Amino acid sequence: MSVLAKDAAGHLPGLEETSEAERAEARSGGRSRTFLLAMALGIIGIFGILPLFLALIYSFLVADTYGGVRWEFSTAAYVQLLFDQDIFDDTLTFNPAYVQIFWRSILLATYSTVASLLIGFPTAYFMATRPAHQRDFWIFLITIPFWTNLLIRTFAMQLIVRDEGVVNISLMGLGVISQPLEIIYTDFAVALGLLYAFLPFMVLPIYAALERLDFRLVEAGFDLYANRFKVLRRIIIPLAMPGIIAGSILVFIPGLGAYITPELLGGGKHLMIGNMIAIQFGSSRNWPFGFAAALVLMSLVMIALTVYARNSRQLGGGHG
Amino acid sequence: MNDRPAIEVQGVSKVFGTGTERVVALDEASVAIRRNEFFTLLGPSGCGKTTLLRLIAGFEQPTRGQIMIAGESMVGRPPYKRPVNTVFQSYALFPHMTVAQNIAFGLEMQGFDKAEIDGRVAEMLTLVRLGGMEQRRPAQLSGGQQQRVALARALANRPEVLLLDEPLSALDLKLRKEMQIELKRIQHETGLTFIFVTHDQGEALTMSDRIAVMSAGKILQIGPPNEIYEHPSSHFVADFIGETNFLDGTIVALENGCARVRLGSGAERLATLPPGARSEGTVSLAVRPERASLAESDQEAALAGRVETVLYVGSDTQYFLDLGGGTEFQIRLQNQAGMQTPYAKGDEVKVAIPDGALQVLRD
Repeated sequence: MSVLAKDAAGHLPGLEETSEAERAEARSGGRSRTFLLAMALGIIGIFGILPLFLALIYSFLVADTYGGVRWEFSTAAYVQLLFDQDIFDDTLTFNPAYVQIFWRSILLATYSTVASLLIGFPTAYFMATRPAHQRDFWIFLITIPFWTNLLIRTFAMQLIVRDEGVVNISLMGLGVISQPLEIIYTDFAVALGLLYAFLPFMVLPIYAALERLDFRLVEAGFDLYANRFKVLRRIIIPLAMPGIIAGSILVFIPGLGAYITPELLGGGKHLMIGNMIAIQFGSSRNWPFGFAAALVLMSLVMIALTVYARNSRQLGGGHG
Repeated sequence: MNDRPAIEVQGVSKVFGTGTERVVALDEASVAIRRNEFFTLLGPSGCGKTTLLRLIAGFEQPTRGQIMIAGESMVGRPPYKRPVNTVFQSYALFPHMTVAQNIAFGLEMQGFDKAEIDGRVAEMLTLVRLGGMEQRRPAQLSGGQQQRVALARALANRPEVLLLDEPLSALDLKLRKEMQIELKRIQHETGLTFIFVTHDQGEALTMSDRIAVMSAGKILQIGPPNEIYEHPSSHFVADFIGETNFLDGTIVALENGCARVRLGSGAERLATLPPGARSEGTVSLAVRPERASLAESDQEAALAGRVETVLYVGSDTQYFLDLGGGTEFQIRLQNQAGMQTPYAKGDEVKVAIPDGALQVLRD
């Protein structure tokens, strides 16, 4: 179309004014576009890229005794993630302590993601299959926990799972158990806390995907001899997959870097990366190591997401 | 193969909601659909035709009555255990699957082996003329092509009965005409029983072996297209299908199952009497515009009126008459070569109605 229009403008003098006006409009449109783009880039630069860049620089410096850094280049922070350096002869011996913390964080984030998927999907399905006028009410219920600070909600969770908490008192009162269950300050308690904290982030994207789902496709599945389970597996889940993936990312990534939950429910015994990094800026006074751990964590997440995006593009073809 | 009907609907009612929101979608419907029949459920929207189709498919359960498919009661049987398949109005193709995967879905669910599935998918693609489209996704197809995939996906299962829920309503006119012929061809080639839901009377008349005309949850009349058109039994059917003139008359005698009726003008004509209609007293009558003509002599004249409008429509000329007292009457005459329109607005004319052209209505 535009090629034709230009041709016509070239041959017919009457049309040249229009195209002149269009060019002027395009120029002014271009100016406002440049302005908006500069704003966006500026914000991303100042609040996103610059801090990351600073973190990168700091991670290659030497820790000062009372916090802060000395401006000397060093890779010690990264070496420390994997090795212990002997004070006298500088020999490196492998130290799995930090790797274990990373690994535990990944496991706990994975557990809580899987658990929130198992609970969140049926919840979202239930919400999406309510009559349209009731759905807002259910979304409202899902968002209620956000009204309270995460710290307070985690304390509440502590009250529920501790030795003299609601769960143990009730079970002992009913005579189901004689000794309190050891829930608090275990990995289980941390995973439970993460599940509770991030469940809405799983429910809402899946709900959004299911709400868009054309339930006539479900009828078509039933019509074509698929029972409920097969309809779920072959039609509903594949079509809800964008929501499931978005929800999983939204639960897994904050779960990986969680700080408050492992602090309060893990009792400091079950460190996750978030706590470990926080300690480096607090009592350990090792800023470069804190920055290094944070950057490694971020890199792992980005690599995982990139690999996922590649694969899904190849597998998914043109749809989605 | 045998004489038992493909589908028997026995006194089926469907009620949605309760209290003030109670809606009777289907009211005591009964019909037997024969094997290899192209059976159409025809009616305006909200008449219950789609509800009846969904009851047969198993998406809804009847409030009362039962449905038999191939002699077996379907009470409480879920859709995935019924030997019927549906072509949905929206096609409902699975967007995350290719054309071939869509067509194979039902076969896969029934546990056919891969070779059998591949064979049938290829056969179906040929049947609906979509060879070479196997790997496309529904979003990459035109409306007509999607329609064909939906048809192939249902037919691949070789169901006892194919249910079609207004499948052509989303297509443009030209494509719809094409698909009408295509559907008839496929029905002929496969020899399956088709139950076709439509609100388009033209579509119903051209395609069906038999038609059930529905209104307000009731089946009003079941019969072949010519019978439905020529001998509508009720006011609604006469009015809904084609154009009709309504007259009042009095039955004066019964002759060989027909009624001799006296019209307002005093003329007497033989009229067809449907079963269940009143056989005496004042009745409502219907006559098609093309069955009436302009009378040459007083002997022929059944009615008299004044020409209000003359419409020349190519093959025909339509006369809109005023019979006095606000009663309108329409006549359609086929145009002959070199014929001039003999009457103009305001002319007094006489209307001829042959014996048998009048139809007594039940209501």
